[in-house]
Amino acid sequence: MRKVAIIGVGNSKFGNRNDVNLTELAFEAVKPALEDAGIVAKDVEFMALGSVGAGAWYAELLPAVVAAEYCGLTGIGLVRCEAACASGSAAFLSAYSVVASGQAEIAMALGVEKMREVDTSTAMEWIGRAGYYIWEFHNFGLTFPAYYALYASAHMAKYDTTEEDLALVAVKNHKYGAMNPLAHFQKKITVDEVLSSMVISYPLKLYDCCPMTDGSAAIILASEEKTKELGIDTPIWVAGIGYSSGTANLSRRKNYVGLETSVLASKRAFKAAHVTPDQVDVAEVHDCFTIAEIMAYEDVGFCKKGEGAKLIREGQTEIGGKIPVNIDGGLKAKGHPIGTTGCSMIYELTKQLREETIQKSRQAPLKNYIGLAHNVGGTGHYCYVTILRR
Amino acid sequence: MASMPSLKSREIKIVHNMPISKTLPFWEGLKQGKVLATKCKKCETLYFPPSADCPNCLSSDMEWIELSDEAEIETFTHVVIRPTSFQQYKPYTVAIGRLKEGVKVLAWLTGFKLSQIKVGMKVKLTAKITPEGNPTYAFTPFEEK
Repeated sequence: MRKVAIIGVGNSKFGNRNDVNLTELAFEAVKPALEDAGIVAKDVEFMALGSVGAGAWYAELLPAVVAAEYCGLTGIGLVRCEAACASGSAAFLSAYSVVASGQAEIAMALGVEKMREVDTSTAMEWIGRAGYYIWEFHNFGLTFPAYYALYASAHMAKYDTTEEDLALVAVKNHKYGAMNPLAHFQKKITVDEVLSSMVISYPLKLYDCCPMTDGSAAIILASEEKTKELGIDTPIWVAGIGYSSGTANLSRRKNYVGLETSVLASKRAFKAAHVTPDQVDVAEVHDCFTIAEIMAYEDVGFCKKGEGAKLIREGQTEIGGKIPVNIDGGLKAKGHPIGTTGCSMIYELTKQLREETIQKSRQAPLKNYIGLAHNVGGTGHYCYVTILRR
Repeated sequence: MASMPSLKSREIKIVHNMPISKTLPFWEGLKQGKVLATKCKKCETLYFPPSADCPNCLSSDMEWIELSDEAEIETFTHVVIRPTSFQQYKPYTVAIGRLKEGVKVLAWLTGFKLSQIKVGMKVKLTAKITPEGNPTYAFTPFEEK
């Protein structure tokens, strides 16, 4: 396998983007990524797209094809990767593998999602079906918040994690979202506002949940030779990728206090990158719900099992703490365009590791120049952990 | 941006016909008040939800076993904001319960106030038919007759 570098990144404004269609939204990430790398579309040999809602929450059925045509990429190798909310990371792995194996010199991972072409309850329906439809949705009507609420109830019962602890995650991520001009929500919130927001699926309330967001992100990857040839100033290297999966039926899981797939994917990523959790300078973890961020601290290995709430209470995951997490606002405040999120995490880490975040106030201090992205698909159905190094 | 100009797509109605030939005893069992699981005759692995094939030993020689009716609640949630196809129901509680055979079941938990529900409590697993005529199963209080 060859060394592979990230040479260009782009990220659209996240939010309710009814001003653009799917392909126009893709263009908003592809254009800046190409410009950042200093290449043109015809230099890209392969593109993997992360996108989930084709034919469901947006109308187009072959998003890779329509996005490629709109962005001038027609003719290159194309594939759409589906790993639910980790589709962007699956696309990143696909593009990385094509370059690492020597099949291409330059490849792109693109994430694009339009979640608001249907009404909210229809979107809730589609996402609720994203488990084991026949056994856990058909008769029981679980929603995405409900799946994670099952984990929240169990975590609260076993480790005395409280609703206030969950609220602290939302407050932190909104604080950083307010500093990120790309974020869906750019507004600080308080613990009281979280606790008094409407119950969506007990114990999760409105402010415990990520929004339905439209957005795109593009990452351009190149071989070491090509990176040198292009004279890239600050290449960010892919140090290691780990992946795993969990049962479709939640009823077949060992427990509901953590995601086994996160534990396995993290171990594999750390091993591949020859890195330990304490060496990571900045992390993006999958905070689709507040409980998910607390479980991620534990499952990735930033603290022991059951101590996630302590980490947030002590402010250890803010800038200045032990390990800054989701300092772009996370899925919670930046937003969670499902198939885009994995690529958007890589975008943010690349900016952090290059020390070129748009607002210097949310630049993580770098010691080892190592960043980690933890991207879960579904409710622990898929997991990808990607470690980057400058 | 909610009022941005847009085109309405053509409308389609989607209903899938999901095959149940291989798990028919399960769906028929529910109508007779039984919750059935499958057990591999070769390696004795028990499956719930029932599986017609055994991924453990790759055998497809399975027998049907009736499950016990006592479950210990491992976790639960109360679903207030419901998906489109569940809008006609009042908010409902979903729980995962472990049976003494070792398998777990995910189902609605009925007959309790939310404040009464605790992780670790014992409930009854009951097969039933929904008002619309669909076979299903639920957790209920033991004293409920």
